[in-house]
Formats: sequence, structure tokens, C-alpha cells
Amino acid sequence: MSGTRDIVEPTKQTIEIDSHAINFGPQHPAAHGVLRLILEMDGEVVERADPHIGLLHRGTEKLIEYRTYMQNVPYFDRLDYVSPMCEEHAYALAVEKLLGITAPERAQWIRTLFAEITRVLNHLLNVTTYALDVGAITPSLWGFEEREKLMEFHEAASGARLHANYFRPGGVSRDLPAGLTDRIAEWSETFPKFVDDLQELLTGNRIWKQRTVDIGVFSAEQALAWGFSGPPLRASGVPWDLRRAQPYDKYDQIEFEVPVGRNGDCYDRYLVRMEEMRQSVRIIRECLARMTPGPVKVQDRKFTPPRRAEMKHSMEALIHHFKLFTEGYHVPPGATYTVVESPKGEFGVYLVADGTNRPYRCKIRPTGFAFLQAIEAMGRRHMLADIVAIIGSIDIVFGEIDR
Amino acid sequence: MAEAEAQPAAETPPPTREQLLAQAVATLPGVAGTEVALGEVVAHASRDSLVTLMVTLRDDPRFAFEQLMDLCGVDYPVREERFDVVYNLLSVSLNQRLRVIVTTDEQTPVPSLHTIWPGVTWWEREAWDLFGILFEGQPDLRRILTDYGFEGHPLRKDFPMTGYVELRYDEERKQVVYEPVNLTQDWRSFDFISPWEGMTTLPGDEKAHEEKRRGGGRP
Repeated sequence: MSGTRDIVEPTKQTIEIDSHAINFGPQHPAAHGVLRLILEMDGEVVERADPHIGLLHRGTEKLIEYRTYMQNVPYFDRLDYVSPMCEEHAYALAVEKLLGITAPERAQWIRTLFAEITRVLNHLLNVTTYALDVGAITPSLWGFEEREKLMEFHEAASGARLHANYFRPGGVSRDLPAGLTDRIAEWSETFPKFVDDLQELLTGNRIWKQRTVDIGVFSAEQALAWGFSGPPLRASGVPWDLRRAQPYDKYDQIEFEVPVGRNGDCYDRYLVRMEEMRQSVRIIRECLARMTPGPVKVQDRKFTPPRRAEMKHSMEALIHHFKLFTEGYHVPPGATYTVVESPKGEFGVYLVADGTNRPYRCKIRPTGFAFLQAIEAMGRRHMLADIVAIIGSIDIVFGEIDR
Repeated sequence: MAEAEAQPAAETPPPTREQLLAQAVATLPGVAGTEVALGEVVAHASRDSLVTLMVTLRDDPRFAFEQLMDLCGVDYPVREERFDVVYNLLSVSLNQRLRVIVTTDEQTPVPSLHTIWPGVTWWEREAWDLFGILFEGQPDLRRILTDYGFEGHPLRKDFPMTGYVELRYDEERKQVVYEPVNLTQDWRSFDFISPWEGMTTLPGDEKAHEEKRRGGGRP
């Protein structure tokens, strides 16, 4: 007995470790959807974060390959369901580029207007639920009331509150109803007051700052290497905004400022979004002021369905309508990577056409994919509660990440 | 006289920024060719020297592509090397974009770029998951979007849109079960290629056209 003890004892060691893996989500309210995050913890400190995504994967890219170009627009609403119109915008611009058509003036103003309304919608949801995640309930109660007003604008224009299906390659599906622009103008007068109120609740709030300042710091070099874009990239101090650098539709004619942060932490990402909401209101006002009456779809019967009244007496119109909604239009062979500045960042569509009426390949570049991947680097050696703040600050929506 | 002087200027417009970038990229080793299509610069590169090419594109001040925004696969089953791997690069400092395309097949791996841009890992995992493209040197080549235990690569053209298995909750066994897909109605795929404009192969000419297509490379 004593002999064996002599052999065993030198190799036997007792190490005190408090290491365990926890499953954050997929049914956690702060996981913003269906994120399954496997966290290897050392006590309450995160050693490693391994996000498991794909729980909302619906095979959108595969489905798109089997539908005509026009049938594909609604799939884009269902990607980032918090900012549907910006997603449609990227797809519409990509198809327009391949077809070589340009949307008419008024359609471009309407699209710019609604892209900015969508931006406010998105930032309202993000900032307020982000605050909810770190313990502030009031902002979300206030913010959702404002969102409801904006969704009424969506509904008035497109007929749907969320999945708008409003933008089309070659314009928008129909003109704005009478009186809508006045209502939007009215809202743009009162909304800055709401941003002030929201700012008063959060910006100087001691608890809010304790939870977000110096949390999840990402330098400009890191942000570039990890493929960041949008508010998280600007919060790290890179003055890059696609609306300014590579303008599309009417952004080259509009004056606005691009807010840029300095520290790249969760607090700066919040500040950038707050300032962007103010700038969006400025763009909305300018769009309303400069919009003139005119056609809202490209005036080519090969791409634009005729009006219903016209179909009652014109055989030609009836044939065009039938052909467009069964066969659709054929897009000449080519490939394009078209991007827009969605509220979350660079949203891209890599569209390969082979000359038929269906895309050969449609790759969707989701914005949140790059952000979520960086959680591992951003949240290392942070506390568990800080992971919640980081997830809130990078503004992830699983509709687009999982596709 | 005035007309004769104005003529040459009109014939050779100054090269655009995209054309200049394409010319500069074409001189780099490992680039098989560049083109400017729809105002976008595309470079076809060879698989073997991809890493050195990408390091040059990132670090050379003429290019300064700090960001790799997107990586994706495209499947052309009729080609010998059926996959295109498409890298979309962005330079924030010079405000330019570049698309680098390499080809590969099911067995040949493409060198991984995760040492150049750490954010490439998930894009490579996605291309592996959806297309089955292998990346050499990628330590974390797990599936990412599909289900745990999924088989096959769904974005390949020979993978059916409806898939092979479906999932439901079985009340008797009190668990989720996988079953072969059972469609009550077949998925209808209409052929919209008009016999007057689209069909170029007449009955009897199939073999000759097949050979022509093979030789042509890109379909």
C-alpha cells in the first residue's frame, strides 16, 4: 500500500478552477432573437465566447434562385425585419444596375425618404432595447410609441407595417397617398424633442454609463480588420459612411453630417446612433422639401406593370401585365456587388445574372454577421453582464445574419 | 483645323479610376486578368498565390484594401473547376472596391485568409457549409448556418430547393424527428426559355453544342 502511494503522490495535484461553460440563449431575452452563445467562464469572467448561429436559417439565398426578380423583393423584408426598406433598396439598386435602368426623380426621393425613416425605426428599436437589456425600462416604452407612428407611415405608403415590399427595381410600387408628406413633416417637427428626452434619460445617466463606457472597446484597426461598417465602425473613429462616400439615389444632393466616435466602446456606439437619428430627421425634411410630382416607376412597360384601369381597355397592357407576373423580365448576364448604408452598416447584394428571368446567384452580405463574429474578440475577459451590453451595442438581428 | 484637333481628345477619354485600378492590379503576380464591368473592378487570380496577392492588396499604399467585406461561392456545375470563390474588398482610405475571383473544385482547398483579416473565418465557414469549398489552414472549419448534423451543401446547384429531410415534433415519441421530405404537390418549375429566342440547340445538334460549351469555359 505504502509503495503505491509513493508512486502516485508526486503526480497528483489539486488545482482550484472555477471553469464552466454556460449556454446563453437561444431563448434568452437579451440574445436579440435566437442567438446561442456558448460562454466559457472563469467565475463571472468570460474566457471564450462561441456564438452558434443559424437557428433562423431559412435558405433565403436558395429560394431566391428559384423565383423571378420581382418575386424576390419580399424576401429582403424578411432579412433584417427591423429595417426592411433599406434591404429592398440594395436589391432594387443591384437589379437596376444589371438592367441599366434608373429610377425616376420622384422615386429616388421617395426611396431616400423611406430609407431614412427606416433608419430612425431601426435606431429607435436598437437604442431602446439595448437600454432595456442593461436595465432601463422607460426608453423602450417611449420608443415603441414613436416607432408606431413611423410604422403608420410605412403602412400608408405600402400597405404593411413591417414587411413593406415597397421598393421595386425601377422605382417604388406606388406613389405616396395624399397628405402623407404633411404627416411626415409634422412628425419631423416633434421628433427631435423626443430624441432630447431619450438623451436626457440615458446619455448622462450614471448607471447607463457604468454599464457601457469602456466596455467592448474596439480600435479602428481592429474594426477594419474584422470587417466592421456602419455605426460600430464610426464609433471606433473611422469616418466612413456609404451615403457620403459612394452615394446612391439622392444622397449626393443632400447635406448631412456623419457622426464619428472616438473610443469605440459601447457608449460611443450608442452616441453615434442618437446623432444619426437627428441627421435622419434633417434628411427627411430635405427630401420632403425637394420632392416634386412625377412618375414613381421607370416608364418602360417591360419592367413596370401597367395600371389596373389601363388593363380594362388595352390589350397591350393586359399582355404586359400577364407576362410580367408570370415570366418576369430577363436580366442580361453580369454580376454586381451593390451596397447600401443600411442602419446597421454595409448591406450588400452580390447578384449574378445569367440572362434568364431568375438570379443565378444572390449572395446577401448581412451586416451583423461581421459584428457577431467579433464578439469573441470584443468580449474577452469581460464580465457576463457586459456581454449583454455588447450584444445590444452591435445591433444584431437574426433575420439577416441567418438568412 | 479645330475639328482635327478636337478629334483625338474625343477618341481617347482619360481612363477612369476603375480602369486605373484594374491596370495596376493586373501587374501584380498571380493575377490572370482584370476587367471593369458595370463600373466594378474584377480580378481573376490564381489559387496558389492568393495569400501573397491579398497581403499586397492590403499593405501596398496604392491599393490599401483594409477590409474584406464579403466572401462567397458561386457554383457552375458544368465547369471542370465548378466553384468561383468571390472576395469583395473595400478600401476605406482610398474609397475603392475590388472583386477578386478564384476557382476551385470539391477537392482542392483554397488558402485561408484568416491570418490577414481575422473576420474572414465566418465567411469561410459559411462557404464550406453552403458549398463544400475547402479552405486550407482554416482551423475552425465547422458548419455555421445549417442544422447540427446536417448533410450536404445546400447552395450547390445539384441540391434540390426542397431539401432531403424535414423536421417535426412527434407527439407520441415526445421529441423532434427528421423524416424524408414528403410533398403533397410537386414543386413546379416553369421553363420560360422561349423556343423562338432562347433555344439554340436544335434536335440532333446536342453533342456538338455540348462540346462547344465545354471548350468555352464559363457558361
